[in-house]
Amino acid sequence: MLLYSYGGGELLSDISIRLAPGSFSFLTGPSGAGKTTFLKLCYGALLPTAGQVRIMGNDVRNLDRDGVAMMRRNLGIVHQDVKFLDHLPVADNIALPLTVSGRQHEAGDADLGELLAWVGLNHRAAGLPPELSGGERQRAALARAVIMSPDVVLADEPTGNVDWEMSQRLLKLLIGLNKMGKTVLIATHDLSLIRAVKSEVQARVLRISNRRLQWAGANL
Amino acid sequence: MKFSISELRSLFIGDKQADRVVPVSGLNAQLTLFAAGAMAFLAVFVLALSLASGRLAARWGDELARTSTIRIAAPAGELAIQTDAALRVLETTAGVESARALTDEEQQALLSPWFGAGIDLRSLPVPRLIEVVENPSGFDAESLRLRLAAEVPAAFWDDHTRWHAPLVQAANRLRLLGWIAIFLIGAAVGAMMTLAANMALAVNAQVVVVLRLVGATDRYIAEAFIRRFTIRAFIGAGVGVIFGMLAVLLLPSAGDDAGFFIGLGFQGVGWLAPLLIPVMAGGVALIATHIASRRALEALS
Repeated sequence: MLLYSYGGGELLSDISIRLAPGSFSFLTGPSGAGKTTFLKLCYGALLPTAGQVRIMGNDVRNLDRDGVAMMRRNLGIVHQDVKFLDHLPVADNIALPLTVSGRQHEAGDADLGELLAWVGLNHRAAGLPPELSGGERQRAALARAVIMSPDVVLADEPTGNVDWEMSQRLLKLLIGLNKMGKTVLIATHDLSLIRAVKSEVQARVLRISNRRLQWAGANL
Repeated sequence: MKFSISELRSLFIGDKQADRVVPVSGLNAQLTLFAAGAMAFLAVFVLALSLASGRLAARWGDELARTSTIRIAAPAGELAIQTDAALRVLETTAGVESARALTDEEQQALLSPWFGAGIDLRSLPVPRLIEVVENPSGFDAESLRLRLAAEVPAAFWDDHTRWHAPLVQAANRLRLLGWIAIFLIGAAVGAMMTLAANMALAVNAQVVVVLRLVGATDRYIAEAFIRRFTIRAFIGAGVGVIFGMLAVLLLPSAGDDAGFFIGLGFQGVGWLAPLLIPVMAGGVALIATHIASRRALEALS
């Protein structure tokens, strides 16, 4: 059972969940329910107060900072508030996970171009991140998250800053990743998004309420 | 803190793409280069001073340690007799390698700083000087003193130690101060690099967050900063050394009357010594930035 406390108060408690490889899950709940905290526990930005978080066999509490960094190379992470290196072109930002892991020579220009085309950012490759719109930033973040071909993709409100059409497009990209065999977990407070795509993917819907994780099932 | 050969190689060669992940701060870079250059310039002069002091101490020590002077202060009519008597005593003294009376010209040269070049020694009651050089085994000083007192009453023996020992000591102290100054300059370079690296890391805290998010290890992030500051310190110090060596080279040439300043600068292979300064500056920057970045990354976690 996972427990996370901060400042004397419990933010998450009695959480027990296993995400099966290749599964597609939504994590819902009102703003402030703890969705972001849950995701941060998943990628090692926070450590649980009690309990265990295992990512691909690794207990996060047993990892030092470099160990967490190495683990993140196998995770694709998309934030609502996407951060880039503003002095580098978009293409270099997307390739950043390869650069920091010393594998920048593995992905050729063609591969990067293919990825940019997949997220529809070919025309923005040479631009700088501050020049991108909200939707473009989210798509660039998605491209950066998957360039290392991670087994797991964690997305925190990936559609939070974009319009309905763009959010549908982003969700379709994430569904496409799941169809490639990736495990996808999306945190969102927008239930209408889930309803809109539930016919396209076999998704498990989880809900955080009163600090605990519940099955939302089909009751959206 | 240890660096393997491969780590040092990767640190210096680096990766063009990896070097770009940390944005360049123009002012920070310029200040770092300037500080390293200015310190290296000063270090060249201190090194020159220290090496010159060392040479001076060695020369004084070597030249004076085995020599002494006998002064014959006798009336003009007895001066030659007393001088010959003293030389005979010295010839029969075990441990004396050579002894000779200075010529009028040599004595005139010795006195010229006080009386001018055109002095006529015959008009002055100037004593005759005898230079004594002992062999490596040395002689019995007390026995020689007693023999001179008995056989040459006008002779006064001066073994030089009264005045040359403090000079040698002063030169050695000056050399030590030079090395201390070089150490302090190195420490100041380290302090400046630490401050600059801390500032760079604080300014780039957001960059660190992004890099960690995409899987960069602390070592990767630290190396990006270490490499940058090490190269800056090396280049800045290199420029400072070039200017420092030119300045030493262009120092006014010292004439025979220049006293202490004779030999200030570099001689022979000594000219290679300043070339170590950029390497040492780079090394100091590497260690200082390594420690600073590790601490800063710890604080940013």
